[in-house]
Amino acid sequence: MIEKALKGKPAYWMWLAILGVFIVIGAVCYLRQYMIGLGLTGMGRDLSWGLYISQFTFLVGVAAGGLMLVLPYYVHNYKAFGRITILGEFLAISAILMCLMFIMADIGQPLRGLNMMLHPTPNSMLFWDMVVLLGYLTLNIICGWVILTAERKQVKPPKWVYFFVYISIPFAVSIHTVTAMLYMGLPGRHFWLTAITAPRFLASAFAAGPALIVLACLIMKRVANFDVGKEAINKIATIIMYATIINGFFVLLEFFVGYYSQIPGHIHSLQYLFFGLEHHGHVYNNLVPFMWTFAIFCVGGLGLLAYGKIKDRLTDGLVAAACAMIFIGLYLDKGLGFVLGGLVVSPLHEIHEYLPTANEIGITLGIWATGFFVLTLLYKIALGVEHEVES
Amino acid sequence: MYNKGTIITGLIIFVVLVTSPIWYNGLKAGPLPKPELPPGGEQQCVRPADEMRDKHMVLLNEWRDDVLREGGRMTITVGGKEYRKGLQMACMECHSNKEKFCDTCHDYTSVKPYCWECHLAPAEAASKKKETL
Amino acid sequence: MDKQRRKFLKIAGATALAGVSAPAVVKLTSSPSFASSGQGAAADSHSTAKDAGGAQHDVGKKSIRYGMVIDMRKVYGKPELMQKAVDACHTVHNVPDFDKPENEIKWIWTMPFENVFPEHSSYHTSKITEDNEFFALCNHCDNPPCVRVCPTKATFKIEENGIVAMDYHRCIGCRFCMMGCPYGARSFNWFNPRDHIKVYNPDFATRTRGVVEKCNFCAERLPLGKEPACVEALKESGALVFGDLNDPDSEVRQLLDENPTIQRKPALGTKPSIFYIV
Repeated sequence: MIEKALKGKPAYWMWLAILGVFIVIGAVCYLRQYMIGLGLTGMGRDLSWGLYISQFTFLVGVAAGGLMLVLPYYVHNYKAFGRITILGEFLAISAILMCLMFIMADIGQPLRGLNMMLHPTPNSMLFWDMVVLLGYLTLNIICGWVILTAERKQVKPPKWVYFFVYISIPFAVSIHTVTAMLYMGLPGRHFWLTAITAPRFLASAFAAGPALIVLACLIMKRVANFDVGKEAINKIATIIMYATIINGFFVLLEFFVGYYSQIPGHIHSLQYLFFGLEHHGHVYNNLVPFMWTFAIFCVGGLGLLAYGKIKDRLTDGLVAAACAMIFIGLYLDKGLGFVLGGLVVSPLHEIHEYLPTANEIGITLGIWATGFFVLTLLYKIALGVEHEVES
Repeated sequence: MYNKGTIITGLIIFVVLVTSPIWYNGLKAGPLPKPELPPGGEQQCVRPADEMRDKHMVLLNEWRDDVLREGGRMTITVGGKEYRKGLQMACMECHSNKEKFCDTCHDYTSVKPYCWECHLAPAEAASKKKETL
Repeated sequence: MDKQRRKFLKIAGATALAGVSAPAVVKLTSSPSFASSGQGAAADSHSTAKDAGGAQHDVGKKSIRYGMVIDMRKVYGKPELMQKAVDACHTVHNVPDFDKPENEIKWIWTMPFENVFPEHSSYHTSKITEDNEFFALCNHCDNPPCVRVCPTKATFKIEENGIVAMDYHRCIGCRFCMMGCPYGARSFNWFNPRDHIKVYNPDFATRTRGVVEKCNFCAERLPLGKEPACVEALKESGALVFGDLNDPDSEVRQLLDENPTIQRKPALGTKPSIFYIV
């Protein structure tokens, strides 16, 4: 089936070439970082996690989002999703690959990465994160590949693959729960030390993942003659709406806890993210525009989808705009706000604002480009099989 | 065989490239390394020389885990003198010239242990010595 | 795919898997360690060392728990004395000196009261509290969150003496321990530290780029009968007192009996081993 990715229109190759440029830039930047040190990033002693880990956190959510396609189809027999579960599984593969690359880019001694497997440490959530991420990656590769092959041969998938499909459902929940647990259990970090972090992560994941899939479907409808059908898009839009509303509700609850209890540890990060933090005469507010963009985009996206559903005018353009807004908004919330907001006030109660360096952004873009590169190849294969089956 | 010409040519090029370390130096491995014995004249090492030659890295790994993780910081006695267990504290005390002892074999076998990224070889330590009063 | 090729691939895969896992199986079933047959070495590299910690430890006794009482009253108004302790530690341990605060590495340092004790009130504090800085270092907690989160056990608690130690050989530099520490006690080597060390102590190693480091309670000096470098530097003033918290007759325990002390962030349940007389 891989040969399906080797033939394509010029636009396909152009897209891959553009991504390739970013990948090369990322590789060069990473080589510099590998040779000189992580000091080339904007991180420091008091802000020791930054862009890489925040991207990793967001992308684990995107990978888990595929669950929202698998669950209705395999457990509830919702036939309309039959053609797009593969898209969810392939998105999970490329998202997890990006996560693993971000982790490798972030650790100080990447060549010792195997120590996590040679010296398993069950009390460490990072160990379990590695286990569930690699497990979920394997599950998606197995399920995606076997089921796509079966579809190509026009036979039913072998019975044994359903075992892996059903296991991937709790795994999808677990990858993001474990990632949330990385943050939830740290005694010194009050912005993260709350049980709602895990549900919030899941809600945001189940909105962001499907939003990206919908965008991909609409793009593929335009450029690759692949129509998943109105019913599927409408259903996913419903799922995205509910997930976004729940995520918004959880964020508002955080505001309540902070501002009603007036405990500084709970207010500080929210204050910094949304209003700016004043300390010794200086106002720290470089994330404020991003967080309000998140709020406006999520509400706006919801509004567009609600309008489309109520007036029954759910056009492709409307859905695409809404999903793009929601995806970007949730990226800003989780990919920037959550991690960086939690770190702005250090355990020694100093304020440190984070500004990524050019080298760091280069590596980040390179890894995103690699992920999209893999995603494009995988989707090309999936579409190739679809077209072959249709004819 | 399909594409016989391309495949056979490709195979030949591959075999030539993969065996290049062997024929690049004219089928010779170069002169055997001659590590210099300790300049202080000490004759006895922690274990006999042939055992050390084979397994000194294993010994160092076990010492590392013992000293750091198991609290085994007692000293060892070699040739009547006491040393603290460790690369810098025991081995380099006698084998004080890293270039003439350790590096001769390591360079020959193209082994690049990263011990000295942290542990100070005597020459390195002397390069930034505290000026004594 | 035809049946012959499938069969070949299955056998090849199984062989490759066996070949890759063979060394692991051999290692797990191998003979006792090389060092165990040597002179003066520990009996078995996997047994807990019974003679750990040098002179102070006795085989039949309970484990000791090292702790420190910092008597700030003895260093109020003497910042140069406090700096002496910091310099002593950093010199003995080859700690590099970086200009930019984000790249800083420090094992012990001083900071204002509101930073060292952010969970105590900084409201209308006394003049002496406002005018002085306080020592900050790793608390060597009895319930350390950094140890709980480390994915490779590169940082671990030595049960025999309560020291939270670092194994720089195993650290992968993920900095999860820095996230877990509620006291900001840990530093990361963002660059190669060697360029920033002015004078080497030949008795101790440096660290390499990409690993986390912190105060180690001078675990290398204790078996030699020495006290930690910071304690020794302030020996005359007696500001830092080091000893066994489990021994009711030790000097630290007497100080704790006779003086009210505070600890950093006690509500987090980390059970630090450092006490401050303020």
